[in-house]
Amino acid sequence: MHFADGEVPADYLGYVRRKVFWILGGILLIFVLLVCSISVGAVTIPINEVIQTLLGQNVSDKWDAIIWNIRLPQALSAIVAGTGLAVAGIAMQSILRNPLGSPFTLGISNAGAFGAAVSVIVLGTGTMQSRVADAVTINNPYITTIMAFCFCLLATGVILFISRIRGASPEVMVLAGVALSSLFTAGTMFLQYFSNDAQLAAVVFWTFGDVSRANWPELALMAVVVAAASLFFIGNRWNYNAIDAGDETAKGLGVNVEKVRLVGMVVAALVSAVIVAFLGVIGFVGLVCPHMVRRIIGDDQRYLIPGSCVMGGILLLASDTVARLIVAPYVLPVAVLTAFMGAPVFLFLLIRGYKR
Amino acid sequence: MILSVDELRFLYRNRVVLNEIAFSINEGEVVAILGPNGVGKTTLLKCLNRILTPRGGAVLLDGNDLLRLDMIEIARKVGYVPQRVETGRLTAFDAVLLGRKPYIGWDISEKDLRIVDAVFRRLSMDNLRLSFLDEMSGGELQKIAIARALVQEPKVLLLDEPTSNLDLKNQVSILSIITRIVREHHIAAVMTMHDLNQALRFADRFIFLKGGKIFSHGGHDVVNPGVIEEVYGLPVVIGSLAGIRCVVPAEQACELMND
Repeated sequence: MHFADGEVPADYLGYVRRKVFWILGGILLIFVLLVCSISVGAVTIPINEVIQTLLGQNVSDKWDAIIWNIRLPQALSAIVAGTGLAVAGIAMQSILRNPLGSPFTLGISNAGAFGAAVSVIVLGTGTMQSRVADAVTINNPYITTIMAFCFCLLATGVILFISRIRGASPEVMVLAGVALSSLFTAGTMFLQYFSNDAQLAAVVFWTFGDVSRANWPELALMAVVVAAASLFFIGNRWNYNAIDAGDETAKGLGVNVEKVRLVGMVVAALVSAVIVAFLGVIGFVGLVCPHMVRRIIGDDQRYLIPGSCVMGGILLLASDTVARLIVAPYVLPVAVLTAFMGAPVFLFLLIRGYKR
Repeated sequence: MILSVDELRFLYRNRVVLNEIAFSINEGEVVAILGPNGVGKTTLLKCLNRILTPRGGAVLLDGNDLLRLDMIEIARKVGYVPQRVETGRLTAFDAVLLGRKPYIGWDISEKDLRIVDAVFRRLSMDNLRLSFLDEMSGGELQKIAIARALVQEPKVLLLDEPTSNLDLKNQVSILSIITRIVREHHIAAVMTMHDLNQALRFADRFIFLKGGKIFSHGGHDVVNPGVIEEVYGLPVVIGSLAGIRCVVPAEQACELMND
């Protein structure tokens, strides 16, 4: 069979180019937001001095201290975490063939929170510290990360196991996720009931996802995991496109559907777990960013995955910036704001429908 | 001979679904797999490109043992068109481009785009290129699924009830496209079907399944009232209308159903 008389269609290339422009525009917006985000807060730093400081010029020692020690790592954490949660969400939606798939709706975030609670309360890795910007420190983030990660994998394993027995239908997956969510929430409550005041405060503050928590080494670790996971999912974009076309079609195209699902779930759980463990529970981003992007550039995973990464970064960075301003001089944890910011935009996109 | 099946056996949870299946198919042939609901037509089709793995017997694809080929190699030789086509916010061009998956390394090449374009022209659906799947009719979606299988440059096309959800015009249109492509490109097509009249009209050879085995197979002569009554449990008459052979339930069939 041979088809040699085709041409490269110009209208299609134009259509694809528009998607690329949307993504590039999003990346540009992240840079603009980054500068604005660093500029605002308890002390306002003029934009031009932010840029000069970021470019390595010493405008003032005070600005240097604020930008390099507090605002830049916080803003970068927001971008990295937003990217990671969004890419985990888009992968889960494709893997589970379910628009409600996300680390949060499938109980994986709550499982991570439970793991962290076990670590803080039972293993004693969390203490209160009195700092204005950050009331709680997990004094052994690596054990907390490992515990959160283990419980995320446990939740993932249970969902995969149930889909194996009952078939991976959307209803089964979502209901299993709801059940797991409740189970782990109950487990966390149980632990909290028997904890002392300091531990209780540590766990409660821990679950308010907050991007100001990470320091440079933690940020670096998150960035490596998120970058690796994003590359992994981008590398698998054709596999996810095939799975979106139906399991039988995917198998007919030579895709090892079970393996792609299993490995994808594990990678998505890993990236969610690392973010949850370092920053706490940040809902909504993983669920909603992919749908926002779908409504702008469609369901093609080649553009949907990078687009969701960019959208995740934008949403979380914007939310965090607003969280710092809205009740200044107090700083809200970003998790409170993501839904406030995301829900109206999402509802608008839902009502408007797809962009043509 | 492009595909040959010998002593094929398939079990579903230790229940024998298919047994002692043996037939072979040549290039340029359209083969219809016929039989009542639940007899294993779709299962047989899926065993031919290892969407399901047979438990016994052999399938030779272009001279190679199907069980030893990896899935990518199979996908380069066999195109599968499922009964149900998933939609999404995807252009027709992107949906068909997915058929190049077995050839795509890190990214698509210009050759992939050319082949997709050529298939769109061949199926006269240039105008659909940038239409979205979720705004298409059933007939258009079926054409997209066939186009997706064709850009795999297969030697064998497997189609699961390609006309089951289509109106009469679309049925004829889809089956004409399939038979034309099979003849022009000298490939083979195997399709499961329910409509005996469409099968008679478009297929060259017929495989009747009954009780998980091949009851009868061969050319037009095997489509006779005796075989059909045995397989479907329904008396039929076969007549000729304007020179076209057609199957209709016999007079006593309706009375039989009423009893």
